[in-house]
Amino acid sequence: MTETVLSIRNISKSFGGIHAVRDVSFDVYKGEVLGLIGPNGSGKSTLFNCVLGQLKPDAGGVTVTGQDVAGKRACELSKLGVGRTFQQLSVFPEMSVLDNLILAGQEHRGSMFSRLFGPSDAGLTEEADRMISFFRLGHLRDELAGSLSYGQQKLVDAAMAFMANPALVLLDEPAGGVNLTMLGHLKERLKTYNREHETTFVVIEHNMEFVMSLCTRIVVLAEGAIIAEGTPEEIRANQTVIDAYLGS
Amino acid sequence: MKQLKILGLVAILAGLIIAPFTQATYGTYVLSSWLVFTVAAMGLNLTLGYAGQISLAQAAFMGIGAYSTALMTMAGLPWIASVVVGMGLCFVVGLILGYPALRVQNHFLAFVTLAFTTLAFLVMRNEEWLTGGIYGLVGVPRPSVAGLSLMDGTRYYFFTLGVFILASLSFWWLVNSPWGRAFKGLRENPIRANSLGVDTRLVTLLAFAIGAAYGGLSGALMAPLVQYIDPMSFTLIISLKILLMVVVGGSGYFFGPFLGAGLVIMLPEFLRFAEAYYLMIYAALVVFLMVVCPSGLLGLLSRGIAAIRSREPAERGDLKEGAQL
Repeated sequence: MTETVLSIRNISKSFGGIHAVRDVSFDVYKGEVLGLIGPNGSGKSTLFNCVLGQLKPDAGGVTVTGQDVAGKRACELSKLGVGRTFQQLSVFPEMSVLDNLILAGQEHRGSMFSRLFGPSDAGLTEEADRMISFFRLGHLRDELAGSLSYGQQKLVDAAMAFMANPALVLLDEPAGGVNLTMLGHLKERLKTYNREHETTFVVIEHNMEFVMSLCTRIVVLAEGAIIAEGTPEEIRANQTVIDAYLGS
Repeated sequence: MKQLKILGLVAILAGLIIAPFTQATYGTYVLSSWLVFTVAAMGLNLTLGYAGQISLAQAAFMGIGAYSTALMTMAGLPWIASVVVGMGLCFVVGLILGYPALRVQNHFLAFVTLAFTTLAFLVMRNEEWLTGGIYGLVGVPRPSVAGLSLMDGTRYYFFTLGVFILASLSFWWLVNSPWGRAFKGLRENPIRANSLGVDTRLVTLLAFAIGAAYGGLSGALMAPLVQYIDPMSFTLIISLKILLMVVVGGSGYFFGPFLGAGLVIMLPEFLRFAEAYYLMIYAALVVFLMVVCPSGLLGLLSRGIAAIRSREPAERGDLKEGAQL
């Protein structure tokens, strides 16, 4: 695990007088599942948005597989191999599950014009079916995504993030609002995918049980700065982290 | 089900071929009008129905297409050349008009496109040296195909039908291609689409440009049909009429504009018996339709089919798998 996929270097971001992120640096390596946790207002989302190019940091830089992502649009980041999921449900409700997955992968197949003159599924039906089976959504393949339950839509959302075979996937609160059974299923699938494809994950999550059992390393933010970094066991035993969450 | 659909299409096509022989000159003209406006509504259906970008500028694009055709064919140039120029102009203007859509949405975008329609109308009315001003352009010739004159109304109907079929097939191919999926992605969840690699800026511009080009084609068919064009044929009220066709038929459904244009064009003809009251009845029917089926006639049909299917035993696997998912 030495190949750096995501490198965050000295990122600082302020909003007026509030220092949302202060001089944060860390690397994420190929195949790693990194959890980014911290109490509310700790700067997780600001950092996430800096990585995704949605916010321009005041200082520092972010590279993905060695390429600077500053000023990149979301679609350009996707082409660089960055997949993501959203906190809120983010499927295409009036399209079938299959079409959701094909759309998730089609923009990575050939040029815009070759897609226009190529097959209507951009040659992705087989791959989409594999992904649907992987997330055990086969029985919902032709259903409208908007007609599925909240948890099922979360699974579709996750499956979409992998359709372009990304090097890095940013999962923004994947456990939010998902019932325990579904959560266990999602975690197991993410772990399997990570093991089989060596895809790097960065997970923002408030569900500690989910983070501790999914991630291989955890970075803890508080008041915009890193207060701890280590394995789930180390973080669990870290007094600074306990103080940050519970108050010293 | 697929066979049933093909059978239905063949029946409709057969009906369209037979129709002019059952009609007098005026009936054939009304049918031709329906075909012409369906092409314009098809374009708006792409911009609004598939890509989710509101536009009140379709009449202006029809105007650009119609004036290009009138000016060029009256100067002795072939119709096909005027179509290429008209559609090309509309494509470029549509591309430019798409830029505000990158910054504003919904009613703000509606006002931007409304302003464009007004601007286009003013150019058509005031630039007399080019457009003939309020008097318009008289004597637009109808094209000939392989030496066969289309001055006869029935012949021109079949010519329009041919172009209409080509336009419909192109539209079908477009909306069922990966581009069509990207247009729908833009409509349903632009942020998610962008995060998946869809260049939403480019797709927005293309939705406007291609929709506008269909408007141009419609205008290029309209000018030789009417043989006289003036600015009043391309005002905001016509844009609203095309919008009504899309919405009444079913925005985002392939056949929505076909049905919507049929209703908007034909209904006044069927209401002629009501004489002075026909517009009031027409307006009341439109209000009723919009209240009963805001997703349009095809939306209503789709809901009906879904309701019938929901009475059948459920076959969704998730209901069987229960707690597993």
